Amino acid sequence: MTGAELLLKTLSDLGIDTIFGFPGGSALPIYDALYNNKKIRHIRTVHEQGAAHAADGYARATGKVGVVLSTSGPGATNLVTGIANAYMDSIPMVAFTGQVALGLLGKDSFQEVDITGVTIPITKHSFLIRDKRDIVKKVKEAFHIATTGRPGPVLVDLPKDVMTQQISEDEIKKDVNGFIDTFSSKQHLPEGFGALVEKAVRMIEKAKRPVIYAGGGITSSNASAELLQLAERINAPVTTTLMGITGFPTEHPLCLGMLGMHGTAYANMAITECDLLLALGARFDDRVTGKVKKFAPKAKIIHIDIDPAELGKNVNINLGIKGDVKQFLKELLELLPSKKNEQWLRTVMNWKNSYPLKYCNKGLKPQYVVEEICRQTEGKAIIATEVGQLQMWAAQYYKFKENRSFISSGGLGTMGFGLPAALGAKLGRPDKTVFNIAGDGSFEMNCHELITAARYNIPVITVIFNNQSLGMVRQWQELFFDERYSYVHLDEVETDYVKLAEGCGVKGYGVTEKSDLPKVIKQAMEIQAPAIIDVKIDPKENVMPMVPAGKAINEMLGID
Amino acid sequence: MKTTISVLVENHPGVLFRIAGLFSRRGFNIDSLAVGTTENPDISRITIVVEGDEYIVEQVKKQLNKLVDVIKVSKIIPEDSVTRELVLIKVDAEPQVRSEIIHMAEIFRANIVDVSRKSMTIELTGDKNKISAFEELLKPFGIKELVRTGIIAVNRGANSIKIEEEN
Repeated sequence: MTGAELLLKTLSDLGIDTIFGFPGGSALPIYDALYNNKKIRHIRTVHEQGAAHAADGYARATGKVGVVLSTSGPGATNLVTGIANAYMDSIPMVAFTGQVALGLLGKDSFQEVDITGVTIPITKHSFLIRDKRDIVKKVKEAFHIATTGRPGPVLVDLPKDVMTQQISEDEIKKDVNGFIDTFSSKQHLPEGFGALVEKAVRMIEKAKRPVIYAGGGITSSNASAELLQLAERINAPVTTTLMGITGFPTEHPLCLGMLGMHGTAYANMAITECDLLLALGARFDDRVTGKVKKFAPKAKIIHIDIDPAELGKNVNINLGIKGDVKQFLKELLELLPSKKNEQWLRTVMNWKNSYPLKYCNKGLKPQYVVEEICRQTEGKAIIATEVGQLQMWAAQYYKFKENRSFISSGGLGTMGFGLPAALGAKLGRPDKTVFNIAGDGSFEMNCHELITAARYNIPVITVIFNNQSLGMVRQWQELFFDERYSYVHLDEVETDYVKLAEGCGVKGYGVTEKSDLPKVIKQAMEIQAPAIIDVKIDPKENVMPMVPAGKAINEMLGID
Repeated sequence: MKTTISVLVENHPGVLFRIAGLFSRRGFNIDSLAVGTTENPDISRITIVVEGDEYIVEQVKKQLNKLVDVIKVSKIIPEDSVTRELVLIKVDAEPQVRSEIIHMAEIFRANIVDVSRKSMTIELTGDKNKISAFEELLKPFGIKELVRTGIIAVNRGANSIKIEEEN
């Protein structure tokens, strides 16, 4: 068996059945092994960046590891944005890159790039496999590292000759050695976890105005059921980050929606007034906290995170607990008595009624488009997004019911993420309706992946919120740069996205009238084929409320 | 504030790159850094002196612990440890001042490791203060070159930093 065949066998042994990639010179031995392989489905995207985002979307939708494969040099560097995106959002991913043969390494050979070096700051770890006997061991280690603790991307660089060499069973190094043991021992719960949970119980019991602030850790540890139980047990309102938005059902009475820069007014007010903040698998990102000194100024903060480096990194906390959120919640629920907090809940509900998310539903408004998609999918679709205004509207107005149903680039804010990520999500969850909510600007960034959608007939519906501009940048220029609209308008030439889609073999619809929208969405869902809907939305619409950068989160624009 | 941190790492190529990269991208300042293998050839020990307050040192330790190649991170407590640095100083040494320099070297228990007609190279081991004091004394003669290894440190007594122990 060749090294490449052994690689694929190892992947199959690990339960991997889908990989995304693009072939090339140094990856030829691996692609040769894929030629007759029946166990692994390989999806070829148009661009390696798309393959990385598709693997990322697949991982987010399924909870499994996303796997991407590229050749050396430009193939590998094209993965960089996708890897960084997964790193920022703690998504488990393993990236395999072809590499020039060992003898050519370090000689500036054709299509040689030191990709392990390039990706050090954006991977949890990386390997360059120099010895065929290490293939099984290091690939398994890569998957172990990607999935344990705080998940993240791992890169494995595979020199061409290591992939072509013949290897026999007895030459293969046994996979589990001291290294894995050492590594996994870092994952164990810290000493005195039980005592810390008890301390948390006492703090929660004492609190009069508790708020739960839930992040992506709820999703990655599949703890949404436990979160719901906790919120109902102690009657604490729950606000989520963008990454944690599907961790708690939007329509639950205790749900305050998203907090932070484009969060709801009532979530930000509750944070500002609470006396206890229970932060679960969240990392106090600057888009969440605004001015750190004025974030939850009256609260004692309990912070639970799998990554101890997050505890106390961005804000001062009163109790930091390193551990898996699900495990923490299970132990907490064992001990925690119920609580009413009636007065606090009345105050919060009063804010919720007085300062709801709202928009003027005249003309074709983006918020209405999201609401219509939500209505027709009953809140049960997987919603992937590009980045910008549309992403915030999707987060604000879609009423999520199920965990892992929102696929969005949170930390890195990658325009062009949505379409390939939606394709990956649909391949991972063929049972779900998948929408990609896009802006015209971000759609253009990776619109070529429509070709992938058509090639494999992946029925993802991209809804382009077409405002002929880079809306979020335009909004900042309007509000903070004296309306100096520098390079944000896209209407110099009118691009016909419907024709573009049809040229790629994807069904295209155009919508200019509000009254046409419902039936077009319905049609697009019925055809069970990839489609785009180009919706000409009101180009002046801004995302509100908004906390200007550097302000305290209760200093919001757009509420009255 | 300066803090000395001892890091046990897997002896792989590229490990130093990962550690140095972590320091630069997170904006941690390295005052000195020394690397070498340990009693176990598969493991290297890196001694880093970090400039920064308690928050920085805490972050340095936690971020280092996240690197897969890092086995153990320990803070060196000055009172409970021995720290040493080696320095080579090449100093202008015309024949008329040579005996004075040799005398000073003896007081500091430094060794003369090379002599030429116009210069002398002196090797000195010690902690930071001793080395600085010696450097000051030699300055008037004219220091042509000075190289330091960076601090290495070990705990006093039977306590040792080994992989078997957990942090």
